[in-house]
Amino acid sequence: MIVAGCDIGSLTAKAVIMKDNTIIGYSVIKGKAKPEDSANDVMSNLLEKTHLTMDQISYVVGTGYGRNKIPFVNTTISEITCHGKGAQWIMPTVRTVIDIGGQDCKVVKLDNKGNIVKFSTNDKCAAGTGRFLEVMSNVLGVSLDELGIISEQATDPINLASTCTVWAQAEVIRYLNMKKPIPDIAAAINYAMANRVAILANQVTVEKDVCMSGGVAKNKGVVAELERLLGVKIKRLKYDPQIVGAIGAAILAREKIMGDKQL
Amino acid sequence: MIVAGCDVGSMTAKAVILKDGELVSSHIIKAGPSPEKSAQEVINAALEKVGITLDTIEYCVGTGYGRNEIPFAHAIESEIACHGKGAQWKMPSARTIIDIGGQDAKAIKLDNNGNVIQYVYNDKCASGSGRFLEVMAAALGINLHDLGEISLKSNNPVTMSNQCVIFAETEIISLVNEGKPLQDIISGLHKALAHRVAALAKSIGLEDDIIMTGGVAKNIGMLNALEKALGKPIKPCIVDPQINGALGAALFALEALEGKKS
Repeated sequence: MIVAGCDIGSLTAKAVIMKDNTIIGYSVIKGKAKPEDSANDVMSNLLEKTHLTMDQISYVVGTGYGRNKIPFVNTTISEITCHGKGAQWIMPTVRTVIDIGGQDCKVVKLDNKGNIVKFSTNDKCAAGTGRFLEVMSNVLGVSLDELGIISEQATDPINLASTCTVWAQAEVIRYLNMKKPIPDIAAAINYAMANRVAILANQVTVEKDVCMSGGVAKNKGVVAELERLLGVKIKRLKYDPQIVGAIGAAILAREKIMGDKQL
Repeated sequence: MIVAGCDVGSMTAKAVILKDGELVSSHIIKAGPSPEKSAQEVINAALEKVGITLDTIEYCVGTGYGRNEIPFAHAIESEIACHGKGAQWKMPSARTIIDIGGQDAKAIKLDNNGNVIQYVYNDKCASGSGRFLEVMAAALGINLHDLGEISLKSNNPVTMSNQCVIFAETEIISLVNEGKPLQDIISGLHKALAHRVAALAKSIGLEDDIIMTGGVAKNIGMLNALEKALGKPIKPCIVDPQINGALGAALFALEALEGKKS
């Protein structure tokens, strides 16, 4: 039985194909202006990789911000559910999933069956989302990937006074003009980011094990600051943190078919 | 008796000179990175307009974000107090001031003696300040000063779904791509900002007369949108709304000098 999950986020599109209970391929692409184009591109890319055709896939679940625009799905399921499902499948001991996407942040608390107990989300304010880091990395002139690494060299981290991305951006420009070392500024940015996420996480009271999904989970600086702020170790997932939602969608696709068969 | 007020804000610096209680000169410049230099520059320009030098100024009060770095100020006063003072000059009926600056928004309630009874401000989120319009104008490729005029042509303002400046910036680009008329987008931006500032102002209670100060008050579209959001008329400012704080500072200077002389 071959199934797929497709997660169309605000900045990237992700797809996963599973055969029985194993991932046989995945793809992550930068999103296009239209969600339907992103969906078609990421899926055809993945089909090519796995030497499959669309009609070999029995069921597709769509999720993410653009889920209602995916042309080839059988059904759509919320991101919260998919992230919970995906994380739990990868690591059954997970109870809290912190997902930081390009345009939002979610903290999902699960029971031992992977059901959602509680969640909190921010998609209103860019601070505490991937967008904050994107804006800041542009100002600093470093790539998003570098941002998490160079902060490790900080010797005298700065504290940003502003929460608002717009004001924090002006602050960072001021520090650059003052010739403050880039690693010190990068550390301040990662800290500010982690601080916003920690506030959201504390609204659901974090329970172990904790894992992170979404692109920002690849930023070591943010992860380390978040561990400090929450006082817990964040467990690394053995898959790319960006595809957790798509994995969850694929598993839910599998469950749909199995459920149908049982009937 | 010549006194001055100098208001060094985050985006602009303003100076006002009063001679025997009458406004004889004022000037506004874009603020540089050094508040001290901005202060020097703006006062010099104001002095030059009336052909006098700094040493003829008997008393000067500084205000604004950079007030502690104005080298020629004899005293400093808070922005709130200065805005209150300035607003009632030749307009004693002013009771509520709504000030939208480049970096914040404030609402101030006054008694009939120009004393501040209550005030509220937002400087935490850029979406409730003049910066919101600045970022959007840049994204639309339109001069900030043209927003007001363009918006007047709209009779169907868009409704923005994002509040955050960063997200709203992306949203208006999509709106442009969808082919929404520019005047409707700009009018929608005014409506959104007015809605947020009105919520701030209503939290301290609105009392007539209401005046609007700060650079954003020069935007006619914004003024209309705010009147609509408040459900009350806004009285026009007697002076350039941007120099209201500096005027208040100059009036404090006058009081201080009169107090000394008597």
